[in-house]
Amino acid sequence: MRLESIGALALAALLLASCATPQRDYGPDALAMMKRDFHARGIAGMDRLNEDSVQATCNKYQDNPPEEVAAKLEKEEFTAIKWPADGKLLGDWKAGERIAQNGQGMAWSDKGGVGGSCYNCHQVGPRESSFGTLGPSLYQFAKKRGYGADIQRYAYGKIYNAKAYSLCSQMPRFGHVRALTEQQMKDLTALLMDPASPVNQ
Amino acid sequence: MRHALVLGLAAAVSWLRASAQAPDPTAAEFDKFREVLEQDNPAELFEVKGAELWRARRGPKNASLEQCDLGLGPGVLKGAYAQLPRYFADVDLVMDAEARIVHCIMTLQGFTYAELAKQPFSSLVRTPEPVSLVTYVAAQSRGMKFASPQNHPKERATYETGKAIFHYRAGAFDFSCASCHGADDKRIRTQPLPNFTKPEQAIRAVQGWPGYRMTGGVMHSLQWRMNDCYRQQRFPEPGYTSETLSALLAYLTVNANGHVYRGPGIKR
Repeated sequence: MRLESIGALALAALLLASCATPQRDYGPDALAMMKRDFHARGIAGMDRLNEDSVQATCNKYQDNPPEEVAAKLEKEEFTAIKWPADGKLLGDWKAGERIAQNGQGMAWSDKGGVGGSCYNCHQVGPRESSFGTLGPSLYQFAKKRGYGADIQRYAYGKIYNAKAYSLCSQMPRFGHVRALTEQQMKDLTALLMDPASPVNQ
Repeated sequence: MRHALVLGLAAAVSWLRASAQAPDPTAAEFDKFREVLEQDNPAELFEVKGAELWRARRGPKNASLEQCDLGLGPGVLKGAYAQLPRYFADVDLVMDAEARIVHCIMTLQGFTYAELAKQPFSSLVRTPEPVSLVTYVAAQSRGMKFASPQNHPKERATYETGKAIFHYRAGAFDFSCASCHGADDKRIRTQPLPNFTKPEQAIRAVQGWPGYRMTGGVMHSLQWRMNDCYRQQRFPEPGYTSETLSALLAYLTVNANGHVYRGPGIKR
């Protein structure tokens, strides 16, 4: 009995000790250090170090937010998508291929948004064998999913703001941050959706 | 020599493009190409230049760097690079190799930070002195295991801060370092992306640096590599030899601890 109570006491002390030294959050130290050490260059201003609500949530939950938190923000991002006024979502797939190939844009060495960097992370058309694998293959995008208006809308919306569909997606929000123009996003949508596009061969 | 390298690079690039259908054999072939070049590594030229600079009396104080303390005592170079970043009591900071060398250039020789930070990276017409110096210092750790210490409380705190910096998503594209280097078996185009959160892959963050880069034909250090990552991350620019970069390098190097450093290398 005595031994048991000593054991219990020791256990309680151990638990207390482990509670007294919780894992510290180094996020605030990191951000303060970066704000002190970075400087604006070209188009890349210091405001880029500040998190918006999506980034803050993904940083806080290490890209794995609770479902209800994610759903609320995804809805906000979706509502903010600006759909083309003329209602047309498909541009020129040939122009789209050039935009998909171009990996420049939004860095301090660029003048603004330029390309879509699509091939950096995705397989797209069948003739380009130099493609990345950070994102899923988009080869035969519409051939597999269908050519209908709903899929067109999904493709355009996903390019405009991937976070409207999956909050902590690794894909940039090309329309939301104005890295691509409406016409460029239409051309990319055509690259994925046009039955004549090599993507769907 | 440079012409031969450029020709070799052009041949390698066209070969890579032609055979990019099978990315893994491509990477293997590139490694072979690199091995051939490493037998006559242009980095050695910068190592020699760095050795001269280390002993030369320079700057307003007309002093050499021979009394510079890289963590193992004044003037001790053997194994010092493999044990950086580390804590330095004289500045109460954790510093990476180039940050410490820049500190020595300032304190021993009297150059200013502004002079050193003005154009800190190599171009075809100019290799900054700290780049040659860091190459010389790094070569004195060739064949040794990385052992960036985690003994001082500031070393442990710096590692944790570096880890948080590595994972911090922000900027125009919502990227962090982990966006490209946080998962296994990923590529950008045909370039394989090591997962630096794993010890067995983190060595690839620090192996081969400082390195002679075939793209552009210049010598670069890890300070340049971190800077160029942040450019591609669409962030503003990190300060040269800033605490942020020392913290990030502490995170990467500690993760790579125990792996053998092969010395200044060759990079794509």
